[in-house]
Amino acid sequence: MSVGHASSASALHVRTQVLLWAAQRISALVLAVCVVVHLVTTIYAIRNGLSAAEILSRTRGSAGWAVFYAVFVGAVAVHAPVGLRNVLSETLNWRGRGLDAAMALLAVALAYGGWRAVYAVVAAG
Amino acid sequence: MNNPPPVLQVRVWRGAEDGAFQSFEVPRHESQTVLDVVTYIQRDLDPTLSYRFACRVGMCGSCAMTVNGKARWTCRTQVASIAKNGAVDIAPLENLPVIKDLVTDMAPFFDKWARAKGQFRGEHTRKDDFARIQPESAQRKLVDEAIECIGCGVCYSACDVVRWNPEYLGPAALNRAWTLHNDGRDVMQTERLSAVAGDAGCHACHTQMNCTERCPKHLSPTKSIAGLKRAALAAALKGRL
Repeated sequence: MSVGHASSASALHVRTQVLLWAAQRISALVLAVCVVVHLVTTIYAIRNGLSAAEILSRTRGSAGWAVFYAVFVGAVAVHAPVGLRNVLSETLNWRGRGLDAAMALLAVALAYGGWRAVYAVVAAG
Repeated sequence: MNNPPPVLQVRVWRGAEDGAFQSFEVPRHESQTVLDVVTYIQRDLDPTLSYRFACRVGMCGSCAMTVNGKARWTCRTQVASIAKNGAVDIAPLENLPVIKDLVTDMAPFFDKWARAKGQFRGEHTRKDDFARIQPESAQRKLVDEAIECIGCGVCYSACDVVRWNPEYLGPAALNRAWTLHNDGRDVMQTERLSAVAGDAGCHACHTQMNCTERCPKHLSPTKSIAGLKRAALAAALKGRL
């Protein structure tokens, strides 16, 4: 029986594990607001059959939507990899450096893809 | 209880992990406990049956078993309250290695208490005066809420996170750490928080509350674990972990 540290299941320092836990909860709070605003806006915007061009005409050059969706993407990029890390370790028994590296990669991919999409809809065409 | 069936159909786990249930018929009595049933089987039907008990009054924590699928202390569990159609299944605790029949190896459970720094460490010697802890102090009240654990392993057996993550310290060890965290005399605070934080510690808890639901002493390890989560986060933010 191991008599090691509680953090022995992970390659990450215990302080990092705790901060990731906190980051996931804080990002969840942000996501709760973002998802509601996003859904309400989407439903409202397409109520009367809004075209892609009309949507772009509203988002392009809008600093407000740029900041909102940049924050939304940032929260996703934090929340999803931390949560998936738990899901994978509990269901597939996958732990350690390989998992942490894969989740870091996922975070980068989500942030890159998301912010690129935000740039595409808010940057002046 | 109105007219109990004269005979109870009991299935008892026999063997180790790869064992199987064996059926017995046990005379039904009023106010009969599950431990009474197991004891009857060993004394009157099959003396090779292995099980653990000591006090028979809910103090020692040694007789916990899985009864009709749920972890329970058998000495204080009335057959009338859990029998389904006059039948009872009795198996060893889950999430622990089975040694034989109803006896599990409790070493992993108690080793985790040690890993969670479940030992008290003070700095006073016998030459010092007594520490003065006010019974009404907030910290002492937190200890009071969690201190009556009898170490039966019911919470550990009922916890899904233990099942999914064998490194997880589990509700009882974390609950013990919480009582020491709030003990004003203890001097191992930071070391203990480091031991109980993170992926294998309190932050792995999903707050499903199986432990709180099943604890025969009506403690709330969930609440203790939540307290540890907050304390460890505060320590992490201050760079003390």
